[in-house]
Amino acid sequence: MKSLEAKDVRFSYDDKLILNDLTVTIPKGKITVFIGGNGCGKSTLLRTMARLLKTEKGMILLDGEDISTRKTKDIAKQMSILPQGPSAPEGLSVEQLVKQGRYPHQSFLKQWSLEDEKMVSKALRATGMTEHALSAVDELSGGQRQRAWIAMTLAQGSDTLLLDEPTTYLDMSHQIDVLDLLYELNEKEQRTVVMVLHDMNLACRYAHHLVAMRNKTIYDAGAPDDIMTKKMVRDVFNMECMITNDPIFGSPMVIPHGKGRMADESSIRAKAK
Amino acid sequence: MKVANVFQQKKVTTFILLSLLLVMAFASSIIFGQTPISAEEAVRSFTSFDQNLTSHIVVRYDRLPRAVIGTVVGAGLAVSGTLMQAMTRNPMASPSIFGINNGAIFFIVVGMVFFSVSSLVSLMWLAFAGAALAALIVYILGSLGRDGLTPVKIVLAGAAISALFQSYTQGILVFDEAGLQDVLFWLAGSVSGRTLDMLIPVLPFIVTAMITALLMGRAINLLVTGDDIAKGMGQNILLIKAAMGAIVVVLAGSSVAIVGAVGFIGLVIPHIARFFAGTDYRWILPYSAILGAFLLVGADVAARLVIRPQEVPIGVMTAIIGGPFFIYIARRGLKSL
Repeated sequence: MKSLEAKDVRFSYDDKLILNDLTVTIPKGKITVFIGGNGCGKSTLLRTMARLLKTEKGMILLDGEDISTRKTKDIAKQMSILPQGPSAPEGLSVEQLVKQGRYPHQSFLKQWSLEDEKMVSKALRATGMTEHALSAVDELSGGQRQRAWIAMTLAQGSDTLLLDEPTTYLDMSHQIDVLDLLYELNEKEQRTVVMVLHDMNLACRYAHHLVAMRNKTIYDAGAPDDIMTKKMVRDVFNMECMITNDPIFGSPMVIPHGKGRMADESSIRAKAK
Repeated sequence: MKVANVFQQKKVTTFILLSLLLVMAFASSIIFGQTPISAEEAVRSFTSFDQNLTSHIVVRYDRLPRAVIGTVVGAGLAVSGTLMQAMTRNPMASPSIFGINNGAIFFIVVGMVFFSVSSLVSLMWLAFAGAALAALIVYILGSLGRDGLTPVKIVLAGAAISALFQSYTQGILVFDEAGLQDVLFWLAGSVSGRTLDMLIPVLPFIVTAMITALLMGRAINLLVTGDDIAKGMGQNILLIKAAMGAIVVVLAGSSVAIVGAVGFIGLVIPHIARFFAGTDYRWILPYSAILGAFLLVGADVAARLVIRPQEVPIGVMTAIIGGPFFIYIARRGLKSL
């Protein structure tokens, strides 16, 4: 089942080509992660699919319909986008922020409704932010802040959630916290999640479907177990590596070659115990 | 959500109190001045106007127009400042960064020096045209390029256009010193000697712009969470920003056209409004309007009283009142938008 599809999409900034006639399909109800080196166009692809950028050529299909022919407010009811590093005005409370997610459902005649209220408290509950509802977004920790923004996109009530590097600037535990939340949203409510991640190992652990990009186009796409190979890492990231299995989850794990200190044997033996 | 209700109630109460303060300032503006006029006499000048009584003439043709113009212009400047700060997400923004003041002044100087325009009503239209032209150029320059209208580009374009108009103005005044006196008076801003004839032609524009602004609160709440978020929610941000820009031009342009360059209101009031109203623009905008009107009418009363029988220019008075307050906010840390 398809949910979102880019067909022969071309995009350039001024004269610089960023996406070169690429085609990609996002499976419905799954977690899809875009990976690739800096400047390969993965964020641009995500932003184009979210209609934040206009394609030069080709089209974006949402549930089989060309999004350029549809009202942007209607698209917002089906698809949410969380851009990279969003910043809330100082002092804005979590609740106020999450309420903004109801914008597509409101109009001049249809102001705040009971349905809106319900969706907001549901989004706060789903993200564990109910007790922080009245706190200011800018005073929360990085991980909680990202939860608040995700709550806003949930209040939108869309099935498809696009996130541009949702873990940037977060420490390891907050990264896991945010990714676990997205995992749960997919698991419990079958929401389609599409995101850009930099960490290949986390990508392999959380994604059902990986899209590897190189040189303005798609290099390969598929399940992490199938496409995560030494050759792929070499071609996409220009890096030699070893691929093993994550000792906890069994998902592919990339260990880069390069320089570094060799640990001595006694400490390796001590850790093994 | 009991806590939220308490907040709402507090906002309503504060709003009513501020409105009462504005009414008091309005009344003081009619009563106080070179010749104090009793409240009863002021009321009688409306109920049973006697054109032989100086006090009645003063109330009807001097004090009332001042108070009305002060209210409208003060509210307009404050609301346009609030929109400007929201649109550029810059707490230091004020209507003047659109080049509005310098555009208006340039047109006034050209009118006075080259075409000997002297009627205040004609000068008002000239200033309005100058303000609109400058803002339009800034808006277009600020929108050029692939990422559209960005705060940084607006500020840069505004600074460039302001400087351009200012140097033209100075160039003209260097050769025409006689004009300098009139222009200087106009520059400092004043509500005295302004008649309702200057306000009434632009009033429909001001009222329309003001009502539109007050209805845009919800859209602005979304816009200030960021362009990408707003677009993702299905907001037509180009349309919203263009509407905000047009409102700023009408409100700030008509203000500068009627009373001259009155500073500080557009810069300071949005901060005071946010202090009372929080982060919700459905509240910030009406608070700005009331507070702006109160500051300008209040400053006008003070301007009449401090060096009687002389008057301090109103632009100086708002700066005297607004300056320290602004330093206070700046020291406390300006809230980022």
